[in-house]
Amino acid sequence: MEILMCILGGALFAAGIYLLLQRQLLRIILGTALVSHGAHLLILTMGKLNRGAPPVLNEGIQHYTDPLPQALILTSIVISFGVTSFLLVLAYRAYQKNNTDMMDQLRGTEDE
Amino acid sequence: MSNLVILPILIPLFFGTMFIFFHNKLATVRLLSFFVLLINTATAVFIVYEVFSKGALILETGGWKAPYGIILIADKLSSLLILTTNIIALAACWYAGATLDEEREKHYFYTLFLILIAGVSGAFLTGDLFNLFVFFEVLLMASYGLIVLGATKIQLRESIKYVLLNLFSSMLFVTTVAFLYSVTGTVNMAQLAERVGDVQQKGVLTAIAILLFVVFGTKGALFPLYFWLPKSYTAPPPVISALFGALLTKVGIYSILRVFSLIFIYKLETTHTFFVILAGFTLVFGVIGALSTHNVKLIIAYNIIPAIGFMILGIGTFSSESLAGTIYYLVHDMIIKAALFFLAGILVYIAGTSDLRQMGGYIQKYPLVGWMFFLSALVLAGIPPFSGFIGKLLLLKGAFAEKHYMIAAIGLGCSLLILLSIIRIFIMAFWGEQKEVKRIKLKPGMVIPPLALLCFSIFLGIGAEWIYPHIQSIADGLANPSEYINEVLKAR
Repeated sequence: MEILMCILGGALFAAGIYLLLQRQLLRIILGTALVSHGAHLLILTMGKLNRGAPPVLNEGIQHYTDPLPQALILTSIVISFGVTSFLLVLAYRAYQKNNTDMMDQLRGTEDE
Repeated sequence: MSNLVILPILIPLFFGTMFIFFHNKLATVRLLSFFVLLINTATAVFIVYEVFSKGALILETGGWKAPYGIILIADKLSSLLILTTNIIALAACWYAGATLDEEREKHYFYTLFLILIAGVSGAFLTGDLFNLFVFFEVLLMASYGLIVLGATKIQLRESIKYVLLNLFSSMLFVTTVAFLYSVTGTVNMAQLAERVGDVQQKGVLTAIAILLFVVFGTKGALFPLYFWLPKSYTAPPPVISALFGALLTKVGIYSILRVFSLIFIYKLETTHTFFVILAGFTLVFGVIGALSTHNVKLIIAYNIIPAIGFMILGIGTFSSESLAGTIYYLVHDMIIKAALFFLAGILVYIAGTSDLRQMGGYIQKYPLVGWMFFLSALVLAGIPPFSGFIGKLLLLKGAFAEKHYMIAAIGLGCSLLILLSIIRIFIMAFWGEQKEVKRIKLKPGMVIPPLALLCFSIFLGIGAEWIYPHIQSIADGLANPSEYINEVLKAR
């Protein structure tokens, strides 16, 4: 199961980075979203996938699920959600102001 | 257990949030945020005093014992950096009131500014790698707001690149923390340091270390990851550039310093030699950038990069002497970069342009600004007896002692070129034929902050005899991490 999750995470990373290398702004933003999904999946997998076990370590419990990765993911999801929504608004404003959403036209010149 | 540690985060965060509700009452907000930062600085002074006299202060948040909960730790290094941050923030707050337009100030400048300070303080104080990521995000979120504040064309264009790059490196950070967690089973820095030695497959760890270095290197603007810095730092108004230049990249350097003196020290010949090589490239390319342009703000922004190179050089050499040099240089550079950005801001304000070729002869009308610029150029380049000299002396002594002759030579050469790049501004803008100026009366809020920072910087140099032993004790602590580990994990 872990291996499958790792492959899925890797696929998400690959697709995300492919999109990041595009020129259109919206695709780049979708790329960052995919990369962050990949990263979150990876955190979950890194804590080892266990099913049907309590998330506490107590006396007498041998088999338990690690609760920490879930706490980490939750934090990370909230952050990337916030940043992505900010980025969408920013991209829209930049598109309005610069009249383009192609990154190669957003390069800027020397004399400004 | 000491609740004092969380105050430098809590005070600005609380008041920053409160300012959202009455952002239209500008005079009150200005005065109050200066007052808040004054209290925060006083707290920082008290923390420094406590830490240097009694040892590190530790707060186990929520009462969870050390390796399980998140801990905040103010050791000597972080308390010193907190104090420096607050001094810069205080100056920036005054400067902002005098230079920023009301529109920007009303649109939550002070909120974002205080949250930025909270995030930077948090990153310095935390003892938990994942929490470091969280504080990175706090300060980045505030910086995203600040860099685009005002929404001019160039700001919108540059901020997109800045946000995208930082978002990507943050995701890389999360991934790296996940890897590290799966290998060691902890995210507490002290416990990481302890467990790294027990890990059998060192190859995996080295890969993780390099990934982490790439993350911090992106935030700290190291070669070859500095390309985003100059343009995005020059887009916003000078006070915001000053905050970014003085604080943000230095958080990246602090993280490298912390992580690579505490956790990944089992294979110095791979990781740290790599740092020394990168330091050389960072120095050379940063200086070339600074010499390549006639834009005053860009010259100052490019000068951030060789300074980063010097600090990485000290971390790569990794002797207690060169670490002391890095810390000295770190504090010195935070102060002087803020002062230089302030001065460049005044210069651009006077000239009405940032093109150096259209300036000239300002020394007659603005002698104080001119001489301040001259002095800060000397301080930056490290002319004795100023503070840059002490830092560089320690760094170079360390490099020679560890037989890195090549990098020492590059460092010396680059120092001269740094001086050239800054003094060029002085010569072209203040000497020569007098060009037309916008008749602007300088407000005290524009002149006093850089003057105060400059005085502080000169004190760092002239008072070296008094300061140096403390810096050396910080460096000894870094070179000998078992002290830190025992301090954090003693509760077990």
